[in-house]
Amino acid sequence: MHRRVRPTSTVALATTLALGLTGCAGWGGGPSGGGPDTINVLMVNNPQMIDLQRLTKENFTADTGISVNFTVLPENDVRDKISQEFSSQAGQYDVATLSNFEIPIYARSEWVAPLDEYVEADSEFDQDDILGPLTESLSGDDGKLYGEPFYGESSFLMYRRDILEAAGVEMPEDPTWQEVADIAAQVDGAEPGMAGICLRGQPGWGQVFAPLTTVVNTFGGTWFTEDWDPQVSSPEFREAVGFYVDLVREYGETGAPQAGFTECLNNVIQGNAAMWYDATSAAGSLEAEDSPVRGLMGYAAAPVVETDSSGWLYAWSWSIQQASAKKDAAWEFISWASGREYEELVGEELGWSKVPAGKRASTYSNPDYLAEAEAFAAPTLAAIENADPNDPGAQPRPAPGIQFIGIPEFPDLATQVSQDVSSAIAGRMTVEEALDRGQELAEDVAERYRERESG
Amino acid sequence: MSSVTDVAPVAATRTPEGRPRTPRKPRSGALLGVAAWLIGILFVVPVLWMVLTSFHSEEDAATNPPSIFAPLTTDGYREFFGVGTGANPWPSLLNSLTASVVSTVIVLLLAIPAAYALSIKPVRKWTDVMFFFLSTRMLPIVAGLLPIYLFAQFSGLLDNIWLLIVLYTAMNLPIAVWMMRSFLAEVPVEILEAASVDGAGLLLTLRRVVAPIVLPGIAATSLICFIFSWNELLLARTLTGTVAQTAPVYLTGFVTSQGLFLAQVCAAAFVVSLPVLVAGFAAQDKLVQGLSLGAVK
Repeated sequence: MHRRVRPTSTVALATTLALGLTGCAGWGGGPSGGGPDTINVLMVNNPQMIDLQRLTKENFTADTGISVNFTVLPENDVRDKISQEFSSQAGQYDVATLSNFEIPIYARSEWVAPLDEYVEADSEFDQDDILGPLTESLSGDDGKLYGEPFYGESSFLMYRRDILEAAGVEMPEDPTWQEVADIAAQVDGAEPGMAGICLRGQPGWGQVFAPLTTVVNTFGGTWFTEDWDPQVSSPEFREAVGFYVDLVREYGETGAPQAGFTECLNNVIQGNAAMWYDATSAAGSLEAEDSPVRGLMGYAAAPVVETDSSGWLYAWSWSIQQASAKKDAAWEFISWASGREYEELVGEELGWSKVPAGKRASTYSNPDYLAEAEAFAAPTLAAIENADPNDPGAQPRPAPGIQFIGIPEFPDLATQVSQDVSSAIAGRMTVEEALDRGQELAEDVAERYRERESG
Repeated sequence: MSSVTDVAPVAATRTPEGRPRTPRKPRSGALLGVAAWLIGILFVVPVLWMVLTSFHSEEDAATNPPSIFAPLTTDGYREFFGVGTGANPWPSLLNSLTASVVSTVIVLLLAIPAAYALSIKPVRKWTDVMFFFLSTRMLPIVAGLLPIYLFAQFSGLLDNIWLLIVLYTAMNLPIAVWMMRSFLAEVPVEILEAASVDGAGLLLTLRRVVAPIVLPGIAATSLICFIFSWNELLLARTLTGTVAQTAPVYLTGFVTSQGLFLAQVCAAAFVVSLPVLVAGFAAQDKLVQGLSLGAVK
C-alpha cells in the first residue's frame, strides 16, 4: 500500500464538518413554540383544516396577535399522537382536533377542559346556532361541553339521477335497503365498467364499519345490549352484514375489499359507480366546479329497514388539553375557527363549496351557501338533525354513538372484526365465520365492562 | 478473523486499468450486462415514477390506469413549499439536517477510537465487546418507545432536537463501530510497524498512515449514519411537536384520508430525499471503494 491521499477525501471530511457547523446554526430556524401569544394546534390533514391553516395568519393572528403553530398529520397518526399527548397530559399542544367519538371518553378521564365558561363569557360565539345533535354528542357524561365542532357530517345515499332516469327507475325519498339493492341490480353495468353501488370494504373501524354499523343498526342489530351482552353473532347482525356483503359482491365496485372513502369518491367522480352510500361531506367534492358529475347527482336519506332514520353522526371538533397553560388564547382560536364569521370568510376567500359546513343552522339559511350547495344542503341538514347518538337503533345502548360505540376499546375491536368482514367481501371467508370470531372478541370487551359494573 | 493479514480483493472484479481479471466468453458477458441493466432499471423505476408523478396534477396522479403522458405541473412542489397554504417546510428540513449531521459527527468521534481499540490494538475479549455493541441493536426501538417518551416528558426534553441527536447517536453507534472496525482491520500491520520503525508516534501514524487508508470507510460509515438519521420516522414522530419536527414527519403530513394527495406526497418525498441523493453522489467513488473494501465483504 502506498500513500494515496486523494484530495476528494479531505474535501468530503471538510464538507461533513462544515455541514455540521451550519446545521447547528440552522437549529434556531424552527418556529418558536413557547411565546406567550403562541398556541400549538395538532390537527388532522383534511382539506378543511388546510384551508384553515391558509387563512389563520392573515385573519386570526392579524386580529388577535395570537400566532398559531400547526402540526398536521394523517388521520391514524394524529389519533395516535393525540391519545399519547393527552393521556400523558404532556401539555405540548393547546388545541387538537378530536371527534365526537373521543371527546366523551377524554372528558371522562379529564384530559380535555370543559368549555361552558368560555362559551358563556364569549358574546360573539353563538352556541345555540350549533346543531343540537352535535352539541349533545360533544358533551361529557357530566353534561358539560368539551368540544366545538369544526364541521359535521351524517351519511346519506348519493346516486346518479341521469343513470337512474335512463334505466327508468325512481329513487324514493326515504328508501329502504331492499329498494336500494333492487335499484343497484337494475343500474349495474348501465355504462361500461359502472358498478350498481359503491360501498366501503376496506378494513378499519372508521372505514367499512362506519357505513356497516349504520346498516346493522337499522336491521335491528347492535354490538352490545344495554347490559353488555355482545350481539355480533345475533341473527340481526348476521342478516345485516350478510346483506351488505352480498350487495357489494354482486353489484359493488371492483376492488371492494380495499375501497374506502377516497376510492369510492374516485369511482363516482370517474363514472364507475351509479350509487354511493357514504358521508354527507362527500357531496361537496361531487358538486365541486371541476367535478365531471356536478349537477348529475341526487341525494336521498340513508336507507332504512326497521328504524326511521339511520344516518351516522361525526364531527371533527376542537378541544383544549386540560394541561394547557394557554386556555384563553386556545378558546379564542376555537371561537374563531368554529364561528359563523369563519364560514363567511371561507366562502368569500376560497369559495362557498369549501365552507366547513354541517354544524350551524345559520349555514343552511345563508343564500350564498345555498346557491352553491342547493343540491345537497337540505338532505345534509335533515340527515344531521335526524341523527340520534343516544338512541340509534332498535334497542337501548350501553354507550353513545351511531356508527361506533363510545368506548376506548371500540377501534381495536371493530378493526379486528372488519378485517374478517373485508375477507368475506373478498370471498375468502363466510360471514358466519367472520362474525363468530367477532363475537369472541366482543365477549372479551363485554366481560371487562360487566366486571366493572358489578364490581 | 484472519482477514487482517490476507486481504484478497474479492469484490473487485476488474483491475483499475479496466482489464477483466478472468477472460470471459463475450456472450455470457453480454447476458450478465443485460441482467445487470434489468435489475438496475427495476430499482430505479419506482424512483422515476415518483418524480414523474410529482410533476402531475392530483387528478392525473390518481387515475387508474396511470396517465403517464399527462401534462406536467409544479403544483405539488408549490404546495410543499407552502405557496398558498401557509405551511413552511424549512424548519423541519433544517431540523433533520441538524439531527443527522450532528449525530453523525458524534458517532464518528466515538466510533473511530472504539474501532481502533477493537482492531489495530485489540483490547482483551474484543469479540465480546463487538457482540455487546451488536446486542444493543437487538431490542426493537418500538419496545423502548414508551419509556423514552415518559423520560423525555419528565425531563422536559419533548420536542427538543438534542434529544433526537442523542437517540440517533445511540442508534447508529453500534453500526458505525462494526463498520469502522472492519475498515481498520484492513490496515496492514506491516505498514504500522514500518511507521513505528521510522519513529512515527501514535498521532502521526493515525494522521499520515491510517487515515488515508480508511477514509473511504469513514465516508461510507458517515453516509450510512446520515441516511439512517435523516430517514428516521418513529422516534421523530413520537418525540417532536412543533419546534423540533423533522422532515419525514412533515412529509407524512401530506397524507389525507379525504381527497387526493399522491402528487403532493411524491413532490415532498422527492425534495426530502434530495439531500441524501446529493450526499450519495458526492461521495460515490469513496462509497464504492469503502463498501467493497470493508464491511460488506
